[in-house]
Amino acid sequence: MIKFESVVKKYPDGTVAVNGLDLVAPSGKITVFVGPSGCGKTTSLRMINRMIEPTSGTIWLDDQDTGKVDASTLRRGIGYVIQHAGLFPHRTIVDNVATVPLLLGRDKKKARSQAIELMERVGLPASFAKRYPAQLSGGQQQRVGVARALAADPPVMLMDEPFSAVDPVVRAELQDEFLRLQSELGKTIIFVTHDIDEAVKLGDQVAVLKVGGTLAQLASPATLLTDPVDDFVAGFVGRDRGYRALGFESGQLDPDTEQTVKLGDDAAAVGRAARDGWSLAVDDARRPLGWVRAAALAEGKQVTPELLHRGGTLAPVSGSLRGALDAALSSPAGRGVLIDDNGALVGTVTASEVVQRIESQLAGRRNGSDG
Amino acid sequence: MISSVFSWLGDGANWSGPDGITHRLVQHLEYSFGALVFVLIIGIPLGLYIGHTGKGGVAIAGVANALRALPTFGLLLYLVIAYSGNLPTDWIYLGPALFVLVVLGVPAVLSNTYAGVQNVDPAARDAARGMGMTGMQVLWRVEVPNALPLIISGIRSSLLQIVATATIAAYVTLGGLGRFMIDGLSQRDYAQMAGGAVLVGLLAVALDLVMAVIQRYVVSRGITGRYALPAASADVVAAESSVSV
Repeated sequence: MIKFESVVKKYPDGTVAVNGLDLVAPSGKITVFVGPSGCGKTTSLRMINRMIEPTSGTIWLDDQDTGKVDASTLRRGIGYVIQHAGLFPHRTIVDNVATVPLLLGRDKKKARSQAIELMERVGLPASFAKRYPAQLSGGQQQRVGVARALAADPPVMLMDEPFSAVDPVVRAELQDEFLRLQSELGKTIIFVTHDIDEAVKLGDQVAVLKVGGTLAQLASPATLLTDPVDDFVAGFVGRDRGYRALGFESGQLDPDTEQTVKLGDDAAAVGRAARDGWSLAVDDARRPLGWVRAAALAEGKQVTPELLHRGGTLAPVSGSLRGALDAALSSPAGRGVLIDDNGALVGTVTASEVVQRIESQLAGRRNGSDG
Repeated sequence: MISSVFSWLGDGANWSGPDGITHRLVQHLEYSFGALVFVLIIGIPLGLYIGHTGKGGVAIAGVANALRALPTFGLLLYLVIAYSGNLPTDWIYLGPALFVLVVLGVPAVLSNTYAGVQNVDPAARDAARGMGMTGMQVLWRVEVPNALPLIISGIRSSLLQIVATATIAAYVTLGGLGRFMIDGLSQRDYAQMAGGAVLVGLLAVALDLVMAVIQRYVVSRGITGRYALPAASADVVAAESSVSV
């Protein structure tokens, strides 16, 4: 647990970066600090490991007053990941990862072999061990940064905009893997970002900070989207709140069975399977490949990969209603494809079916809270 | 002309004895490395301190540049005249000669050292501190290794200047390769004079080569880019995908 108690950071020139922050980041959870530039989110994070010293107030790490321990010792027990990874250019990847265990005086050989295990854990092949940071892409460097922070197995991790310097595709992938890793490790994490979507996606709780360093709202992502406490938070959370809140809404859908075709099937088979002129092609493991339009297939022709329409998104059947609705809206056939954990087809739903489900759930909640 | 220089260099008699090339070469190296040792003792710690703390950079840069503007030869003559009475006999000439070489050599080492440390990626420095390195550990484990290319190139240019300039020691009765140039001039023995100049040039080039080899071995391959493994390519960029149908 990390606890801020009336923490203030005031600079000699009079600027107040953080103004009386009170906040608890529970153990094993991800707490995201989000806010516009100048809201003190990075300052707040850096005060936890005393890269910046608070002007007044106390930050507790469990029952330890962080101001009362040696700063270097404190930092060795806290994982630290920063925006540009900050890898050491002169050290190989494995030695970068092993930095803190080596600082703690652990056995070199053991530290290295653990570092290689960690590299694999964050999705880097062991063959990268002897490479240097300059040989890796930005996303890969950031993975090394995460592995390095995890190397001494600290209970607490501080992450300062770790994914904001990579392109959106790699960022989404790093976020997903970060969540998977956290589900295995259960660290107490403070995560700073200026991107509200990232905050909502990653946070167990989100602290929205205002310019001047005050806390505007501390809430779960779903609450933040559905019930912002004031105009500032509402404005910062942004447009499409209703739609985005669906990302936290899961509900039992009743998918229709879909007749499928395979690559190599002929026009007649496609015609038989088609509903509204479209049929879904799957592979041997029943994983969806794409939609094929019956009319696009001349008599006697077969289904080929080039014919497939790949515009539709896939939604896990156990996932959010937002995903299901998006799958339905993006499907050329008007039917959203639901898949199971193995990626195999479960069935399809239409947008109106998803919306009905959403409405009945929201109505149920309204009535529940009224009564 | 050129052939007479070669015949002077090729004459074995010119190489032996207390006035021979071998002895003068050794003397020249003694002056040069003697001066370099002081240059390193002054320039490196000061440069590391300024680079690491960020304090005093402006003042030191000003002083270093002012030193660069001092005329070495004039300073040498002044020191010999002004201090000859106050120095022990052995140091009347050697002291001022070493001093001017040190003054000549310090600026390059000092400014390259602090520039090298200052230019270390701020993110790497921040990460080092954030992971719990003490100030000294940040300096020696992160800043110095990354600053090495600049530090060494400072030493190289300093050494080149010192070796070339150490010839003036001969002007104040000392030895070294400058002896041949000054004696050659006064004796109108142009082969000897030019031979001495050629030797100084060759020595400078040889020492620079040695320094280049040292640089190659002490600077991390991660910084020089001479990787043992093939650089990142297609196989490295793998493992990125997005889901859609």
